[in-house]
Amino acid sequence: MLSFDQELDLTGLNCPLPILRTKKALAGVEPGHVIRIITSDPGSLRDFEAFAKLTVHELLESGEDNENYFFLLKRGE
Amino acid sequence: MAEQKKLAIIATKGTLDWAYPPFILASTAAALDYEVKIFFTFYGLQLLKKDLTLKISPLGNPGMPMPMGMDKWFPTLGTALPGMEAIMTMMMKSKMKKKGVASIEQLRDICLECDVTMIGCDMTVDLFDMKRDDFIDGIESGGAATFFEFAGEADITLYI
Repeated sequence: MLSFDQELDLTGLNCPLPILRTKKALAGVEPGHVIRIITSDPGSLRDFEAFAKLTVHELLESGEDNENYFFLLKRGE
Repeated sequence: MAEQKKLAIIATKGTLDWAYPPFILASTAAALDYEVKIFFTFYGLQLLKKDLTLKISPLGNPGMPMPMGMDKWFPTLGTALPGMEAIMTMMMKSKMKKKGVASIEQLRDICLECDVTMIGCDMTVDLFDMKRDDFIDGIESGGAATFFEFAGEADITLYI
């Protein structure tokens, strides 16, 4: 498993809050910083891919974890 | 990075359910680095009030799922009963909270934080004798031409 600098638990939140909270968290860290995000919203699987595609941030890894989903996002420049 | 994309939205509805699309899409677009402007007109102006008293109504809305399968057996006329709006609004709000859906106030605050520009339609304010003091701070005002100035350059334009 890839290493990360910080973990953000967004379980229980529904669309669009996981993306909005993630954006805010990434804005508060240095480029290169990796955040591991956990969500329970099934839509987030597609949404985080789109988020990474449309922003400068990089999705390093994603997957399912028990009944939740996880994403490793690296803050872009 | 490529040039910043632009989203233009016209928000025309003032009920709790219809308050969601403009704020969800605007806040998400802002998170995706779009420049966003929302033009609020007619009943949409209700979404800019400091004190949000948005309601939902089952009246004339056969697509609305109701508690206890009421939408299947409850007579349509019953949806016009006094107090029905208040009850359905309360139930909808508690369900949304339980499901982790953001409140309108929350989404609106996020939009303001993300520099989403909100423009209130001057004509509507005048038409309905609304008071500028009733609206939140940080909004602009303008008319149809103000909308076109931005929408003409927008990548996406939505009428909600």
